[in-house]
Amino acid sequence: MDLSQVIHHENKNKPKEEKHVFEVSNLNLWYGDDQALYDINMNIPENQVTAIIGPSGCGKSTFLKTLNRMVEMVPSVKTSGNIKYKGTNIFDPKLSVEDLRTHVGMVFQKPNPFPKSIYDNIAYGPRIHGIKKKRDLDEIVEKSLRGAAIWDEVKDRLDENAYGLSGGQQQRLCIARCLAIEPDVILMDEPTSALDPISTLKVEELVQELKENYSIIIVTHNMQQAARVSDKTAFFLNGELVEFSDTNVLFSNPEDQRTEDYITGRFG
Amino acid sequence: MNGFLSKEEWKKRLNRRLFINRIFYILFFAATTIGLIFLAMLLYRVLTQGIGYLSWDFIKGFPAPYPEEAGIFAGMIGSVYLIAIVAPVSLVLGVSTAIYLEEYAPKNRISRFIQGNIQNLAGVPSIVFGLLGLTFFVYIMDFGYSLLAGGLTMSLLVLPIIVVAAQEAIRSVPNELKEASYGMGATKWQTILRVVLPASIPGILTGSILALSRAIGETAPLLIVGAAAAIYSLPDSLLGPYTAMPIQIYSWVSRPGEEWPLVAAAGIIVLLIVLLLMNAVAVFIRNKFQKRY
Amino acid sequence: MDTSSTIKKKTLDVQEKIRQNKEKQKVLRKLEKVVPAFLLLCAGFSVITTAGILFTLLKEAIGFFGVVPLNEFFFNTSWRPWSGSFGVLPLITGTLLITLIAILVALPLGIAAAIFLSEYASARVRKMIKPTLEVLAGIPTVVYGFFALTFVTPVLEKLIPDLQIFNALSAGIVVGIMIIPMVASLSEDAMNAVPNSLREGAMAMGSTKFEVAMKVVLPAAFSGVVASIVLAISRAIGETMIVTIAAGQSPNFTFDPTMSIQTLTAFIVQGTSGDTTYGSTIYYSVYAVGITLFVFTLAMNLLAQYIARRFREEY
Repeated sequence: MDLSQVIHHENKNKPKEEKHVFEVSNLNLWYGDDQALYDINMNIPENQVTAIIGPSGCGKSTFLKTLNRMVEMVPSVKTSGNIKYKGTNIFDPKLSVEDLRTHVGMVFQKPNPFPKSIYDNIAYGPRIHGIKKKRDLDEIVEKSLRGAAIWDEVKDRLDENAYGLSGGQQQRLCIARCLAIEPDVILMDEPTSALDPISTLKVEELVQELKENYSIIIVTHNMQQAARVSDKTAFFLNGELVEFSDTNVLFSNPEDQRTEDYITGRFG
Repeated sequence: MNGFLSKEEWKKRLNRRLFINRIFYILFFAATTIGLIFLAMLLYRVLTQGIGYLSWDFIKGFPAPYPEEAGIFAGMIGSVYLIAIVAPVSLVLGVSTAIYLEEYAPKNRISRFIQGNIQNLAGVPSIVFGLLGLTFFVYIMDFGYSLLAGGLTMSLLVLPIIVVAAQEAIRSVPNELKEASYGMGATKWQTILRVVLPASIPGILTGSILALSRAIGETAPLLIVGAAAAIYSLPDSLLGPYTAMPIQIYSWVSRPGEEWPLVAAAGIIVLLIVLLLMNAVAVFIRNKFQKRY
Repeated sequence: MDTSSTIKKKTLDVQEKIRQNKEKQKVLRKLEKVVPAFLLLCAGFSVITTAGILFTLLKEAIGFFGVVPLNEFFFNTSWRPWSGSFGVLPLITGTLLITLIAILVALPLGIAAAIFLSEYASARVRKMIKPTLEVLAGIPTVVYGFFALTFVTPVLEKLIPDLQIFNALSAGIVVGIMIIPMVASLSEDAMNAVPNSLREGAMAMGSTKFEVAMKVVLPAAFSGVVASIVLAISRAIGETMIVTIAAGQSPNFTFDPTMSIQTLTAFIVQGTSGDTTYGSTIYYSVYAVGITLFVFTLAMNLLAQYIARRFREEY
């Protein structure tokens, strides 16, 4: 099955206003015998920033990694329920995980550039998908680095090893690497937790710019960050989705007592 | 201070304990240096005995019935040819095995069996590999006492060492790098080929060079699979007769007379220089590509 | 094309390109299935090698035991294959004698070195001594054999005038030196794994370093140390060149270290060299000796693994 074809088709038939990039229904997940997610139901909007907050161990990272099926890197993982990406069931055996991840990119907690040159880091994604022409790659590299607001800092040293960059630059490089294959969704797993405040600010500004073109789902342990960058916020606790609403509503007027306890700092 | 001992008694005991401590410190240190002294003596003896016979003629010469005319050229070239067989065979098999065990193998009994098997194979005496080679390569496959039989026997001998070294190198590649690759829709093999292997190649190379230097110095299995002690030409084909440096040295050591041990020592100097160079390359690679993640 | 990408105003649509490339990438998907099969096949080679060793040794040894009865092999005390007596005992005692001497050398020196490196030496000293000690393990055994014959034996001869030129003592000592690094480095690993809190506890009560090493570290690392010695024994049993060169080719049924003896390994070298014809009883006897050697070393390796595994569970 070809995901691009399906999306193409789905998009035509759907009214634009209520577009959801992910429709999660009755999702349960186990690591071996331990259940980590309980009956999650959630519609994630397109071209907006959705933040996922909650105390550590609440399942927010697990949930994020389920969306591009990275969670299956742990061999004992079992899931039940349904996740639709633009109408297509991501667990459909006919759909390859590689195909899904081409459309749903990911940025990780710790900056993880490859021990290669800056250029090769960005070109990695296009290359594995068969784009080999130097001209195309040059264009992609520049566009991606510009898109991640790091072009000016690195344009003169594209051949240098990415490990020479600072932590904040490395993380923006990783975002650029993710942009290179132009996914529709970018999953971000606590992308600023290893960064200093200034680098954090830069990444947050970047997230604001990127939502023009991308649907962004960001897991964060930092409630202020969620409030600053996101349009909608989901609060997870003990593997359950407690509350999911517009960010300003969730932070100013939470429906659930547990959400209120958390955002007012009573636990976590 | 102590209800059972007088103060003087206690002090005496303490002094004795400290004295014992001192003595054993010296003993332990001395024991540690004995190995090193032995090594120094060995090198000194070999150098002083062999240096007189070490000449350009010795390096360029073939075996001869007279000590003054003997040379190690055939042995050196034979060793190079052997490595030319051992390196590709054992690297392909060893690295593939390591990739399989680290990246693909399901955590089940078969994988554990293969892993345990490699561990045990590493402990099998080298001469037993010689017997395997003799029956299997020399007789059953009918390669005879040939370069090919010797090379394949040696390949199997170093295989477990290379597997273990490659496994360690592959295991040390951080998971985050693999995740980054998978996250962009790379397949498993793409990830291995483009991320895991490039990151682990310095480690694999270092371990492999050390394993190959072991093959260079190994004598017993080659004796069994029929490396020739006296040969006056270079091997002309895979199925031709051959010799190797340690075989030459062994043949000189076991000859009677005052002079032959000196020839053997000269051969040992050449062998040790080759090993030293290989180890230097391994150390260089390790330092140059020291893990940066 | 989906709406989001039209907004992007791209000059180059990467996703579109990726989709076009998909046909070409089909090869890749096939590779994805073929590669693990190939890798598994390679991994199978190590298993095949083991099977090959077992098969070879068993097949030829069975041929041998068709001619020479088992009880002659195991209980006859004379090994003169060229005159038809095939009692393996002299080869076994020869091997054990070498191993015993080697362990008498390597055990105290190796463990002392391990204690020195792990308990006394500063990081700088350790960094210097350890690799140098490991050079000992990298020296080819033919070189050790040469050194035993041309240096150690003459030196010993001055102390023991009765010493034969080929003798178990010289070879055993040199085998012992060769396995020092193995004992030292594996024992040191075991000692390093002892948690520092144990040392600190003993130090706080006023123990000297020596008392800590003997009464705390050594007992705690005991099984690791034992495993290293068992592995070293296995190495000594399988060592070939040193004993072939320095201990001689005389299968004497003796425990006198000044005499020339023959080990299992040295006979294999002798029995396969030159004039032995394929299919003769001597040819088969090599494999009977080979399987005896294999069983000894395998037993030692398994024992070492068993001990080491138990040790790992302790902390």
